[in-house]
Amino acid sequence: MARMKFLCDTERCIECNGCVTACKQENEVPWGVNRRRVVTINDGVPGERSISVACMHCSDAPCMAVCPVDCFYRTEEGVVLHDKDMCIGCGYCFYACPFGAPQFPQAGAFGMRGKMDKCTFCAGGPEKDNSREEFAKYGSNRLAQGKLPVCAEMCSTKALLGGDGDVIADIFRDRALKRGKGAEVWGWGTAYGKPANPQQQAPKGAKS
Amino acid sequence: MISARTLVVVVAALGVAAGLAGCGEQEQVIVYQQGKYQGKHDTRSWENEPGSSLYTTSKWKAGDKGGWETALKARNQNQNEYVRVGD
Repeated sequence: MARMKFLCDTERCIECNGCVTACKQENEVPWGVNRRRVVTINDGVPGERSISVACMHCSDAPCMAVCPVDCFYRTEEGVVLHDKDMCIGCGYCFYACPFGAPQFPQAGAFGMRGKMDKCTFCAGGPEKDNSREEFAKYGSNRLAQGKLPVCAEMCSTKALLGGDGDVIADIFRDRALKRGKGAEVWGWGTAYGKPANPQQQAPKGAKS
Repeated sequence: MISARTLVVVVAALGVAAGLAGCGEQEQVIVYQQGKYQGKHDTRSWENEPGSSLYTTSKWKAGDKGGWETALKARNQNQNEYVRVGD
């Protein structure tokens, strides 16, 4: 297996916000926190495009680099997770993230930030898999149930793809070839890096 | 006896070295030690008993990474409507 990635096909996203709703329901995300949201560019103008945005689980994650208490870690599948027992809610990760993924619940009367919350790729966190504690802190651990993130799995137009990077890239490539347009993948260069030589053919059998 | 000038040079060199050390970039490599990722406790997705999870649809044996990957890959194809409904 390569590594887990999200891919949003802007040709297909209809801004239904189903992914946002599904994420909130699956993970019982509290009020004021949206792990995923839909952003529309040129809203109301012909040719508008909508993009479903959440943590992209970057290859070289800026949140990991700036965290003063080093609460982040990356799993073998490339999912960026964090330990809420270590997080101090400083908000550095929020400033560092190019996707605005880290969210902070309001905790207390004076606008104090609670511990950071973000998309976990439905992979839970550093508690026993599928335990009550893990669900309370991080939400559902669907990967440990052999499932993929609920936002991608229930997307009605299959605009949002999530899973093994190689597999979803193949699905998207096939789709873009069939329709003959819309091969641009928003956010992939930022999250997973750009190829040194874009014209170069990918070696056979190589993992991205 | 160390002269004042040597002392200043040594202190300045140490200061520069300490300052430059802050510019270093730690490599973010995925390292898994038994039960831990980069110092944090977590198990891997395929290490649990799938049968003990609620609503588990896929089957693999605990610790069987290949079985877990196969289950996920099969599930991934549900997002490919060209496979689901044909061309």
